[in-house]
Amino acid sequence: MTWKIIKLSLKAIFNNKMRSFLTMLGIIIGVMAVVILVSITQGATSGITDSISSMGSDLITATISDEDVSISAEEAESLTEYRAISSVAPVISMNQTVKKGTESGSYSIVGTTAEYFTVQDESVQSGRILAPSDIEWYTHVAVIGTEVATDLFGTWDAVGGTITIDDRNYTVVGVLAEQGRSLAGSDDSKIIIPYSVAERITGQSRISSFYVKAADSDRVNSAINIIEMFLLRTTRDEDAYSVNNQSEVLDTMNDVTNTMSLLLAGIAAISLIVGGIGIMNIMLVSVTERTREIGIRKAVGAKRKHIMLQFLCEACILSIMGGLIGLLFSYCGISVYNLIAGSIIAMNLTVAFAAIAFCAVIGVLFGSYPAAKASKLQPIDALHTTG
Amino acid sequence: MIKLRHIYKSYELGEVEVPVLKDINLHIKPHEFVSILGPSGSGKSTLMNIIGCLDVPDSGDYILDGEYVDSCTEDELSDIRGGKIGFIFQQFNLLPDLTAYENVEMPLLYHRIAASERRERVLKTLEQVGLSERMNHKPSQLSGGQQQRVAIARVLAAQPSIILADEPTGNLDSVSGKEVMDIIRELWKNGNTIVLITHDNNVAKQAQRSVYVHDGILSEKECAI
Ligand SMILES: Nc1ncnc2c1ncn2[C@@H]1O[C@H](COP(=O)(O)OP(=O)(O)OP(=O)(O)O)[C@@H](O)[C@H]1O
Ligand SMILES: [Mg+2]
Repeated sequence: MTWKIIKLSLKAIFNNKMRSFLTMLGIIIGVMAVVILVSITQGATSGITDSISSMGSDLITATISDEDVSISAEEAESLTEYRAISSVAPVISMNQTVKKGTESGSYSIVGTTAEYFTVQDESVQSGRILAPSDIEWYTHVAVIGTEVATDLFGTWDAVGGTITIDDRNYTVVGVLAEQGRSLAGSDDSKIIIPYSVAERITGQSRISSFYVKAADSDRVNSAINIIEMFLLRTTRDEDAYSVNNQSEVLDTMNDVTNTMSLLLAGIAAISLIVGGIGIMNIMLVSVTERTREIGIRKAVGAKRKHIMLQFLCEACILSIMGGLIGLLFSYCGISVYNLIAGSIIAMNLTVAFAAIAFCAVIGVLFGSYPAAKASKLQPIDALHTTG
Repeated sequence: MIKLRHIYKSYELGEVEVPVLKDINLHIKPHEFVSILGPSGSGKSTLMNIIGCLDVPDSGDYILDGEYVDSCTEDELSDIRGGKIGFIFQQFNLLPDLTAYENVEMPLLYHRIAASERRERVLKTLEQVGLSERMNHKPSQLSGGQQQRVAIARVLAAQPSIILADEPTGNLDSVSGKEVMDIIRELWKNGNTIVLITHDNNVAKQAQRSVYVHDGILSEKECAI
């Protein structure tokens, strides 16, 4: 009986292919919207969170945003006296035009100490990193990112070369290991110089930020507290600085992704509901068209529940079929996106299942009114309808 | 056994209530063959629908096999229609999207009959009406007479005891009409109760007795039509 009803519904759906497809379109688009968007959001952010968490959660970044506040590198470095803090790397950052012969480009210059490489967990692929003596002696040396090397030298093999920043020549002593791209853009296009030299370029002994490595991951929070207290003491202005930790960034990031996914799912749910209304609409038309059929079925002994079930089944099949077609299209859509964006995003199966389940619910929800209407028709009235 | 007592039925046309059946008393014994005659619009079909439990009277009693039908719920009426009564309509009333086989099978699906028995019954009744070769045809691919025979097979498959035929030959030529009437007479001889509405006196004559509907009243005598 159940199978017969399903067969009957399929027959009714396939007898009217175009109409059925158009009815399903709302559901198809709704499912595609939710599955593709959520998959891409989740896929993209999981890439970002991976790269953030690889930086280590014991890294703390303190940024001094107020230009009038002056904190010197020595003040920042004094934080290492606390046991929760293992190293501090002061940073003076700026953008400068860098020249090499006729080649030139604007790069971000990071004036810092040797600690920077420990704290940021960065290393050189060739040459050496900054040495404490470079800072002490104001040596004009630079460690450059791979992108800078290819831009200015045409090769990564740039150690020993000379570049010009602010009319002064710097010897390239090292080339950084390749980092790849991240949210903030390329990490390979920076130039690291001793901060004492950077101070001379800016003309003031003020650092723009500093990186801190906590002694271990359990003491990250106490390290953050120490830094915040230190900054509040020196700046006396809570708005003048900000302190960030990777794990916090990660948490925020996850929060944002989840909120975004939820938002997308909400929007998609609305379009699914609109699709459901479309199904209800067509089912009502179908009930009117098939009044005579309902009358004949009732005349030969069909009960209310039989008629009810038949129309409900049809509505559910319409919406679930729409959902499955939507999944198929989503799969194609994601594949195309991967092809274009060069990513490897997979379809989010949880969302896919949820979408199909939601379609079934929609089918029942919006199919029940037309089905009830059909089942309540009096056989005699239904038989008298022409058509 | 069909017993109708003081059946009253009216239709509302706008504000006015138009009585169609005023005081119908009818007693049909089991295995009887009764024909109902009367002028057009006299209420024959209305009466037939009441007998067939498709419609309920405004007042009066209808006792079918000792059971008061007026007190039945909608689903109980469905059960009675499915189990005891078979309809043969003037307009055949087949489902256009189903094949002859599926049309005959359709009522059985509502009666929880096992698939193997269902198949057996459908094939047997289609054979009985001589349409074994046409069982995969849709109604639109069949002649009127063939369609009516499919409708009869549909009735037979459900094995009702009472068969109600509302002008079964009304849309057919004389040859097909005769074929259909032969099948109906055959059913009567096999022990079914037959109630037949017709305008054709030759058809009516084949019944054991005829009753006449006129002015909402039933009589055994013919009135001037
Ligand atoms: N649903 C309805 N609403 C209003 N009036 C109706 C309805 N059905 C039937 N009638 C009226 O009831 C009367 C009897 O109708 P019915 O169909 O029983 O006649 P009949 O004897 O079968 O006629 P015919 O021989 O032409 O088939 C008619 O006057 C008709 O107009
Ligand atoms: Mg009639």
